[in-house]
Amino acid sequence: MSKDSNQKTYLDVRNITKDFGRFTALRKISFNAGAGEFISILGPSGCGKTTILRIIAGLETQTSGEVVIENREVSNLPVSKRNIGIVFQSYALFPNLTAEQNIAYGLKNQRKNRNVIKERVNELIELVGLAGMSHKYPAQLSGGQQQRVALARAMALSPDLLLLDEPLSALDARVRVKLRTEVRELQKRLGVTTIMVTHDQEEALTMADRILVMNNGELIQNGTPNEIYDKPATPFVADFIGSMNFLTSAEKKDKGVYSVGNHLFQVSDEKSVRNTKLGEKVLMAIRPEDIFVSTNGEQATNEVVSRIRSMEYRGSVFRLVLDLIESGSGDEILEADVSTEKVRRLDLKPDMKISLKLPTERIRVYSPKGSNIYD
Amino acid sequence: MAETALNSAANQKLTLRQIFHGELWLKRLIILLMCIWLLVVVVAPIFQLLSKSLADEDGNFVGLANFVYYFQTPSLSHSLPNSIYVSLMTMVISVSLGFLFAYGLTRTTIKGKGLLKGIAMMPLFAPTLANGIALIYLFGRKGLITRGFFGTFPGIEFPLYGPFGIIFAEVVYTFPQAMLILFIALSITDARLYEASDSLSASKIKTFFTVTLPGIKYGLISALFICFVLAFTDFGAPKVVGGNYNILATDIYKQVIGQQNFTMGAVVSVVLLIPTVIAFIVDRIVQRKQVAMIAARSVPLVPKANRIIDSLFQVFCILIVLLIIGFYSTAVFASLVKVWPYKLELGFWHYNFTGMGGGGYAAFFNSIRMSLLSAVIGTALIFGSAYLIEKVREMKLMRQIGYFLSIIPLALPGLVIGLAYIFFFNARGWEIFGFYVPNVLNPIYGTMAILVLSNIVHFYTVSFLTATTALKQMDIEFEHVSESMGIPFYKTFTRVTVPVCLPAILEIGMYFFVNSMATVSAVIFLYSADIPLASVAVANMDDAGDIAPACAMSVLIIATNITVRLLYSLVTRKLKRRTQAWISK
Amino acid sequence: MNKIWKRFLMSILALLTLGLFCGIQNVIAEDLLVYTALEDDEIPRYLALFKKSHPDINVKIVRDSTGIITAKVLAEKDNPRADLVWGTAATSLMLFDQAGIVEPYKPQGLSRVRAKMRDSNPVPHWVGIKAWMTGFCVNTEEVKYMKLPVPKNFEDLLNPVYKGQLVMPNPASSGTGFLTVSAILQMKGEAKGWEYLSKLHENIARYTHSGSKPCKIAGAGELPIGISFAYRGFMQKKKGEPVVTVFPEEGSGWDVEANCLIKKPGIKKAAKTFLDWAISPEVMKEYAKVYPVTAYSTDMPIPDGFPKQPEKQLIENDFQWAAANRRRILAEWSKRYDGKSDAK
Repeated sequence: MSKDSNQKTYLDVRNITKDFGRFTALRKISFNAGAGEFISILGPSGCGKTTILRIIAGLETQTSGEVVIENREVSNLPVSKRNIGIVFQSYALFPNLTAEQNIAYGLKNQRKNRNVIKERVNELIELVGLAGMSHKYPAQLSGGQQQRVALARAMALSPDLLLLDEPLSALDARVRVKLRTEVRELQKRLGVTTIMVTHDQEEALTMADRILVMNNGELIQNGTPNEIYDKPATPFVADFIGSMNFLTSAEKKDKGVYSVGNHLFQVSDEKSVRNTKLGEKVLMAIRPEDIFVSTNGEQATNEVVSRIRSMEYRGSVFRLVLDLIESGSGDEILEADVSTEKVRRLDLKPDMKISLKLPTERIRVYSPKGSNIYD
Repeated sequence: MAETALNSAANQKLTLRQIFHGELWLKRLIILLMCIWLLVVVVAPIFQLLSKSLADEDGNFVGLANFVYYFQTPSLSHSLPNSIYVSLMTMVISVSLGFLFAYGLTRTTIKGKGLLKGIAMMPLFAPTLANGIALIYLFGRKGLITRGFFGTFPGIEFPLYGPFGIIFAEVVYTFPQAMLILFIALSITDARLYEASDSLSASKIKTFFTVTLPGIKYGLISALFICFVLAFTDFGAPKVVGGNYNILATDIYKQVIGQQNFTMGAVVSVVLLIPTVIAFIVDRIVQRKQVAMIAARSVPLVPKANRIIDSLFQVFCILIVLLIIGFYSTAVFASLVKVWPYKLELGFWHYNFTGMGGGGYAAFFNSIRMSLLSAVIGTALIFGSAYLIEKVREMKLMRQIGYFLSIIPLALPGLVIGLAYIFFFNARGWEIFGFYVPNVLNPIYGTMAILVLSNIVHFYTVSFLTATTALKQMDIEFEHVSESMGIPFYKTFTRVTVPVCLPAILEIGMYFFVNSMATVSAVIFLYSADIPLASVAVANMDDAGDIAPACAMSVLIIATNITVRLLYSLVTRKLKRRTQAWISK
Repeated sequence: MNKIWKRFLMSILALLTLGLFCGIQNVIAEDLLVYTALEDDEIPRYLALFKKSHPDINVKIVRDSTGIITAKVLAEKDNPRADLVWGTAATSLMLFDQAGIVEPYKPQGLSRVRAKMRDSNPVPHWVGIKAWMTGFCVNTEEVKYMKLPVPKNFEDLLNPVYKGQLVMPNPASSGTGFLTVSAILQMKGEAKGWEYLSKLHENIARYTHSGSKPCKIAGAGELPIGISFAYRGFMQKKKGEPVVTVFPEEGSGWDVEANCLIKKPGIKKAAKTFLDWAISPEVMKEYAKVYPVTAYSTDMPIPDGFPKQPEKQLIENDFQWAAANRRRILAEWSKRYDGKSDAK
């Protein structure tokens, strides 16, 4: 399968609701996945992301709604008939079977020729880069190797849909980063539609074609990594993925013009502009890396003067905590990421007064009603 | 619209397919069968027993009249306080000794801990009848202690027959149980609490009362209740050394066997059952809390050396172990003496059981056969049931019922099971809402099957809990992964679950064998002439006054059980070596 | 790893088949089920004779104390298992008869049997084989050591020197116990009889469930004197225990050990064959070797240690009365002595 098959919808999840007694775990979740697409479901723990994965797999039954695979409603189909491969967070490798036996486990049941099975297993071992490890038991393998065995086992029956439940979260940071690329490349090569559940935003951003952000059993945003990061649909998404400054005392002054204290900011986020009324309190948001810092500020659009309250060294960047001066807006604070090189060049120090520029196209505005950033 | 219609059509088709999806239905069927089987072998017989206790001898319902009669007849109702007295005494002594012993093993640096613990567990392999018989040879009129080792020393006379004998025998019987529970409780206490207490320079005594005791309180409560119940429901020891001191367990036997009064037997059974059930409920609650504590445990305690305390405990533990060795050695010795105490020649006269009641070697081999069958069938049945209850996703309510039914047998004393089984399995049929239902299970009455069944039910819960614990340690996703690959659950069960749980399975088998060999309470009502049993033979020979052959038979039972236990250790060790590669770091 | 697993499975299967096989064998082999209260050490001798003359009949024996056999038969009355009862107290067989469990049968050679030793119906409900009687087992070493006199009669047993030194069977579970209590009540009359038993109770250390156990306890020196039955005393002496048997001067209580056929669907021919054999001269002689009073006289000499005229030792015994009052007597006995014993 190639990339242009993306147009064809492979999986269609329609209005899935799941109640556990009185508790609603999922509320009307709908999305679809094109064939060969890599979708990541991202959200904090308890948001329902694993439940939706288990419903797609058939390990859990939804209260209402439909799961459609290739135009076939599969809600009543048992797991074994859905043609899926699963990798669990724990890998669930059978401890009493070797890597090879684990991978061959599903194949054995298909009454295939022994040589065919052996060939297929070798192929998979080769594919996940485990040559020479085939006779080891899971307990004798490293975490990363176990993960690969689990992946190979899931792929052994050539499923059309691969479900990954937090597949990398049990690994140490370095191995995790390495495996991200490997898994993604493998997925691309095999062209298998993949749904991965994760709580790690970096994992989602680097691996997925599309990200579904979930919270409290609801699907909040469905978009490409770029869209999710650049145009978070709600303050929750904005806050959950990356860092975001929120100015809570902002108020709409005019079309595309918002005030924070006595500062005025021009905003080109048309969608938000349309949704807010004049004089209304809004949440104004900007990412720390989007704030432009200079020492010789001029009275240009969206420029304000501020004082460096503190500086936090983060290796390649410094995070500056800034007080807005003369804003009359109480204790509004902004955080800005400034490259280490620039900090050195400008010789920035705490208590220095500097000029900030908030680029019009990088500012987002949210209505504070019903979109509490802390929810 | 067309699409929806198509979808719902597809929907229906799939529903039909699901109905005929064999594996799912197999699971449902087995779970259903499991619940029905537990209802039949646990609930129905007990129900029958209860209804018997509320009816007169002709089967007419009389309400609590039988109980009123029971409590108004002093010769009957006197047994209740007697039973409570000996059980409370046993409980206090056993738990105190068990605590000290377990404390020595876990909190001091005494030597030979493994050996000490191993020997202390010896009473677990003996029928309680054997404890009584050993006591006769120690404290009876002609006992070793009473006669000062055949007149070598001045003797001391004890009032053996009665509460003294019963309590002594029950302490020997319950000591290892108390010790094991407290051993676990003491092993899981968090060492950091002691470090904290030390750093606050609290005194040893204060630490004991503020850290040690609260840390093991659940274990302690559990041990107290279990010792109480074991002593309360035991029949073997009081039968041998109870003399004329009546207690509930021997009363049931006397009512049923001696006086043919089955109704009163049922009434006494219910009286016996009530405190047992209360203790059972308390124990279940406490156990749940203890589990929570284990889950939250952190740093294991490494005991520090302390010369005085260590040597005190060393002496204490060795003393206890010597007592146990001496206790059973006396039994072995006595079984070899020609005519105790008149002819002290040694030989195997009493091991030739001809002309004795009980069935001799036929009984012994029957017992081995029964125990093997109970072990194999019981283990398979219980492990399978535990698997379904623990690992299947479907039929949640049924599985919960199954779990509940699997726990109930723990509250049922063997005598109660035995009597309930007489009532239930020997009934020709029942009149239910005007319909006559013939008893299709009647043919198993008086066969090996009912003996094996009574053993399986008698030892069901402990085995079930062992299996459940082992299964809980296995990743639930094993089943899900297999399902996703289209592997039926029974294949995963045989290919993965069973091999990984083999140590637990062997443990259950061993437990079944050892207990089936030693038990007398349930089977004494159920064995039949053509299937005599070793433990019942001990009771019958003791009944007939043939103490020496009874002692010899007890020795055979103990020797068999210890052999099986050693075999188990050997196999487990071998298995462990082979499966080391599976165990994750 | 697979190998271990396979081997394990195989061994389980092997064990299962073995077990099943043994179980099935048992079922097939069951032929004639006989309940008896005869002593464990007499049965093999008699049965050897039966097997010689009837090799085709496979006999399964259930042997227990009289009370227990009685309880078993009554418990199974709706669904009887035993084919016949052999050598069990006539008073118990009368109870079975009352419960309607007995099938009348006239065995061959019935005419030889004394009238006192059989049911009076023309087709008798039970037929006796021999009588067994009360005897005191006295451990000579122990009485010497404890400086106790050897009791000669029931009155002697009330001597306070015996306090806590006597052992006697519980009449509720033991046939010997019942015949002794019944004899005392019949000899002395009910009121005096209970008075006597209450005094005796003061000296009793234990009541056992088996009739032979008091003698074995005496033989082992646990207690010096046991109220038991004569046969047991002679057997314990044979084993080398220092026991002498005393026949009470007032006469001994006794009961007939008798046989009856159990009423059940499909009565086996073999059961009748067995009942015929059980009163045949060949086995009667064997009974007579150890019991002086048998269903009919044989030319066997009276066994050693028994009185010259054993019949004279037996009291006048009204079995009808004993059987009719058994329940009441046992209830009264239990009320008086079963519960009182533990009061301090």
